[in-house]
Amino acid sequence: MLRYVVKRILLMLLSLWVIATLTFVLMKSIPGDPFTSEKKLPEQTLKNLMAHYHLDKPLPTQYLIYMKNLANFDLGFSIKSSTRSVNEIIADGFPVSAQLGIQAILIALILGIIMGSTAALRHNRLPDYAIMVLAVIGISIPSFVLAPFLQKYIGWQWDLLPIAGWGDFTHTILPSIALAFLPLALVTRLMRSSVLDVQGQDYIRTAQAKGLPPVRVFTHHILRNAIFPIITIMGPLVAGILTGSFVIEKIFSIPGLGKRFVEDIFNRDYPVIMGVTIFYSAFLILMNFIVDLVYTWVDPRVKLGEREVE
Amino acid sequence: MARLLEVDNLHVTFETYAGKVHAVRGVSFTLNKGETLAIVGESGSGKSVTAQSIMRLIPSPPGKITEGRILFEGDDLVQASKKKMLRIRGSKIGVIFQDPMTSLNPTMTVGKQIMEGLIWHQKINRHEAQKRALEMLRLVGIPNPEQRFHQYPHEFSGGMRQRVMIAMALASDPKILIADEPTTALDVTIQAQILELMQEIQKETETAIILITHDLGVVAEVAQRVAVMYGGKIVETGEVEEVFYRSRHPYTWGLMASMPRLDQRRDQELEPIPGTPPDLYDPPPGCPFADRCPYAMFICHEQMPETTQVSPTHQVACWLEDPRATPVNKEVKVNIR
Repeated sequence: MLRYVVKRILLMLLSLWVIATLTFVLMKSIPGDPFTSEKKLPEQTLKNLMAHYHLDKPLPTQYLIYMKNLANFDLGFSIKSSTRSVNEIIADGFPVSAQLGIQAILIALILGIIMGSTAALRHNRLPDYAIMVLAVIGISIPSFVLAPFLQKYIGWQWDLLPIAGWGDFTHTILPSIALAFLPLALVTRLMRSSVLDVQGQDYIRTAQAKGLPPVRVFTHHILRNAIFPIITIMGPLVAGILTGSFVIEKIFSIPGLGKRFVEDIFNRDYPVIMGVTIFYSAFLILMNFIVDLVYTWVDPRVKLGEREVE
Repeated sequence: MARLLEVDNLHVTFETYAGKVHAVRGVSFTLNKGETLAIVGESGSGKSVTAQSIMRLIPSPPGKITEGRILFEGDDLVQASKKKMLRIRGSKIGVIFQDPMTSLNPTMTVGKQIMEGLIWHQKINRHEAQKRALEMLRLVGIPNPEQRFHQYPHEFSGGMRQRVMIAMALASDPKILIADEPTTALDVTIQAQILELMQEIQKETETAIILITHDLGVVAEVAQRVAVMYGGKIVETGEVEEVFYRSRHPYTWGLMASMPRLDQRRDQELEPIPGTPPDLYDPPPGCPFADRCPYAMFICHEQMPETTQVSPTHQVACWLEDPRATPVNKEVKVNIR
């Protein structure tokens, strides 16, 4: 187990390095630089600035400097707001994004598991059809369409919740719902098919033959076995919520990391783009690793790092 | 002998997209205390559906018991409430299924799976349930039960899992054990062990066993009585000796002839029964075996034969029993393992 964890961490570092390198190359291949704007800066000022950010040096040198700083967890300073380090920007923005993300994931998981199970247990009856129609709607409607709808009706016309902005908990409700919609539909559909599949398994018949009441058969035999696919898609789901948050944060003008990231790509704020990309990547890679660890805890058949032939 | 279970004119149908399948069409049999009744037949003959109907475990929809009675301890299980069935399943009637590899919950320890039914049915506490579960594991011959108790099914071999299934089915000390092809998925050597184990336990607990199988060797080894099923009907039933040595139904003859014998020459081929079982979407009005029967007469295709009482224990449903039929002399050679 320990060997496996060490191996995984080394692999994670390797993927991070590849991501950092690719981002670096891609970013530098975008035309223009952070100081491209309508107002032309004086020649000498521009030169000084370039020198300050090492942008006058050849690319390989720039790359080496960046990698050296990265190894020391120094992501550099933002070019646009030069008083703030990228580390600070992440520390400010991420908790906001994380709160949204966690709320959205919780909505998607809890409601999705309940709705998916209900649909499966009432297979081919009204609740099943109703839930599946909702799920198809959820998959088909993009969040940037749903979000304005929520703002218009719940926020403005019925005046129940704030339309946008960031402050107390009420501000988080609409964006969380908008963000959770697609994952919720995915989880619901997956849970439904998974429960249907497990229901047909021989061991469920065994549980019924023991004379257990249907509720107990569901809670003790179906649920735990049906939940594996949900754990499997947790990795991609978190990724989906992260990318979704770029759009949602922008629509609801929430000062999260996603909004900041999008704006800084337009500004070609090199250190911020690099820093946030690497941070997001590290986060995703870590989530996938956690999902694998959770697997060993939920499924007794899974043993990490042991080659087992059954 | 005390009569424990009586199945009377049981009909089961399945509603499918292609139409109604009449899986069981008027099956009747009785089971006495402490005996082993084997139900034999090929795939699709309705033997498993019959067994699952007794437990009311046929998936419904699409399955439905359309007619008949299943009398157990004075109650008709066909009419029994769901609540009543919950009390009977697992506590008064236990089941062992065919495939031990898939019949145990992979995410629950073996001990818990045995205890679960006990706690539910007998309202005993965890400690007592654990004691009983360990006792059962020991009874079915699982070494180191204390350690095995906390292991998951994937840590057991096929034979060991089937032992666990038996322990589970018998933990509440049921009156009837339904064994649905309990040895089909196992190696031959393990098969013998499992059968022996079932017999030993039966001697101790006096549980009646309904053994569903297509393996005549197994029948000869453990059963006292046999019911031969074909096309959703019981075509012949009787004590093992009667059905094996003095069988009266051409289908039983075919089954016997298609079984390999030890005294058979090496180059002698097995004699299969030509043709395929009848389509149960649209079952023939006459004897289901008529199309494959070398002795079939005109009437066989038209009308189902009445059941003839050959001896007090031996019954057969065949037109050859009719006094007007041409007598057939068929010497049946059987080899019992």
